[in-house]
Amino acid sequence: MGNESYGTTASGGLWGWINARFPLDKMLKQHVTEYYAPKNINTWYLFGSLSLVVLAMQLVTGIYLTMSYKPAAAEAFASVEYIMRDVEWGWLIRYLHSTGASAFFIVVYLHMFRGLLYGSYRAPRELIWIFGMLIYLALMAEGFFGYLLPWGNMSYWGAQVIVSLFGTIPVIGDALSEWIKGDYFISDITLNRFFALHVVAIPLIMVFLVVAHILALHEVGSGNPDGTEIKKHKDANGIPLDGMKFHPYCTVEDILALAVFLLVFCGVVFFAPALGGLFLEPPNFEIANPMQTPPHIAPVWYYTPFYAMLRAVPSFFGTQVWGVLVMFGAILILFFLPWLDRSPVKSIRYKGWIAKLALALFAVSFVVLAYCGMKPPSGIFPLLARIFTTVYFAFFLLMPWWSRMGSFKPVPDRVGRNAH
Amino acid sequence: MRTDKLVPALAAVAALALPFATRASEGGASLPHAGNDIRDRASLQRGARNFMNYCSGCHSAQFVRYNRMAADLGITDAELAANLMFTTERSSQTINSALNAEDGRKWFGNAPPDLSLIARSRGTDYLYAFLKSFYADPSRPTGVDNTVLPGTAMPHVLADLQGVQTAVYVTHAAGEGAAAPPEIEKLALATPGTLSADDYDAFVRDTVNFLEYIGEPVQVKRRDLGVWVMLFLLVFTGFAYLLKREYFRDVH
Repeated sequence: MGNESYGTTASGGLWGWINARFPLDKMLKQHVTEYYAPKNINTWYLFGSLSLVVLAMQLVTGIYLTMSYKPAAAEAFASVEYIMRDVEWGWLIRYLHSTGASAFFIVVYLHMFRGLLYGSYRAPRELIWIFGMLIYLALMAEGFFGYLLPWGNMSYWGAQVIVSLFGTIPVIGDALSEWIKGDYFISDITLNRFFALHVVAIPLIMVFLVVAHILALHEVGSGNPDGTEIKKHKDANGIPLDGMKFHPYCTVEDILALAVFLLVFCGVVFFAPALGGLFLEPPNFEIANPMQTPPHIAPVWYYTPFYAMLRAVPSFFGTQVWGVLVMFGAILILFFLPWLDRSPVKSIRYKGWIAKLALALFAVSFVVLAYCGMKPPSGIFPLLARIFTTVYFAFFLLMPWWSRMGSFKPVPDRVGRNAH
Repeated sequence: MRTDKLVPALAAVAALALPFATRASEGGASLPHAGNDIRDRASLQRGARNFMNYCSGCHSAQFVRYNRMAADLGITDAELAANLMFTTERSSQTINSALNAEDGRKWFGNAPPDLSLIARSRGTDYLYAFLKSFYADPSRPTGVDNTVLPGTAMPHVLADLQGVQTAVYVTHAAGEGAAAPPEIEKLALATPGTLSADDYDAFVRDTVNFLEYIGEPVQVKRRDLGVWVMLFLLVFTGFAYLLKREYFRDVH
């Protein structure tokens, strides 16, 4: 017996040699060239691939930043300015990374909202949603740890505020917040461990979860704006009649989406990298100073909806823990979405006015809460935050009832590229 | 419009409007517009001269390298060495002040802050207003206070140029608001300096312009490069669209 059965260069070239040893061809077919996506997917379905692009960009720019960044309290702030001024193209790498953080949340929020619009989390896609939520949690942790690294004054006090939230937990709170910080206050030790978590631990977890998210998606197949299952109608070869090959169709569409995304993204990077203090906050151009709080401490915009909810809840029984529970509850409740939604149809297109109103209220409450979270808790903002925190939770907690109410339009059996 | 477009469109409009609303409402205290032009090289050169002669005695710019600054601003090595470098002989050094932080704390109560990033943390309008808003206040150790940063530890180092301003207080009708702390209506020039009011404004504007430059030395290059990046992306988007349209002829 020779090597014939293992694909020698004589029988299949290098390609054959590899495929006899590694399922490269099989994987490419399964996930790219012969993966079928519904023909009727629309613009909302482009944010998944954009999230993947942003993840890749954050990994690459992050690697370059770590080559010049110093994770020490005495050096961190200066090392960031060193990157901005002395490292060749360092300013571009840093702005791509800092703008990328906000862009990541924008595309992920739009991606998640797509799920709400078209019921992407409904059976059989519950696990895709769960993996996605875990990615979102990891992303929030990643952003939080990363925000401390420039060691600006907002970095410092932002971390101080968030870590102190854990201190509100009864009995174990103080010990827990000390354990997180590794010290009695946010210090060099905290910075060093946040660096480790930001550049090694969380990215590893995220990449693993993204792989799981995509594997689960490709197992059950992509959803679509009509909420139908294209796998119900296959031709003689087992190919979905209403599907199109991921490559080249979805890939050329994703390239167009990437081009448009980059137009906006590079517009920010090159013309307004601080985006008026929203992406890079003015107090963070001052070095961390434990003796001086910034005039107004607010987290970066992507956390502000949850920060607003935290502040909306008053203290009861002498503890602030309720606000913390509400804040984490607001994120955790999203995990249960597949089981809270009892609508007979998946897509908003075939739902009645109740579901449409509920989703509109939810979207508005998220935006208003984000706004409240940026503002000092005075004037109208505490009241707005309380009202819309209630709306936010009502959307989920009452979903088992409102999602079944009203009339629903019949869902078409088949979909085309332009069904409507 | 279908609901799956209308609902997100509403939220998107709100989301896009919010940052602008936030900024508008935070403009708050109406600071005069600094009106500096980061592309005006002559202004930046004058600003560098002002900074080195009036600021760098106490304030460092520890992230700013002399030779980088000279190259960006079109200053020759000879001019740099002769006129702008007071604390070092080597142009590869950064701008350090002659005053160490410990003495600063002892003499002023506060170490004078490093100014590398002051324009990014405070904004150019703030700096422009600050440098114009010193007024005589004999109760202060430095003899001056500032309406933009009340209680500032900084003396009015530009008093020779601007002259001395005094505060004009809001006058209340008899009895009304008598208990309230005095409120400054405006500042009036009591003793003129060597510069006219307009020349002093220009002097401050040049200085602020330089501070904005050192806050982010690459900013002009960044914007210039950005134009080419955007042009490339527009062309790329056009081709990406044509490619997509061509492929989707097959999809019905």
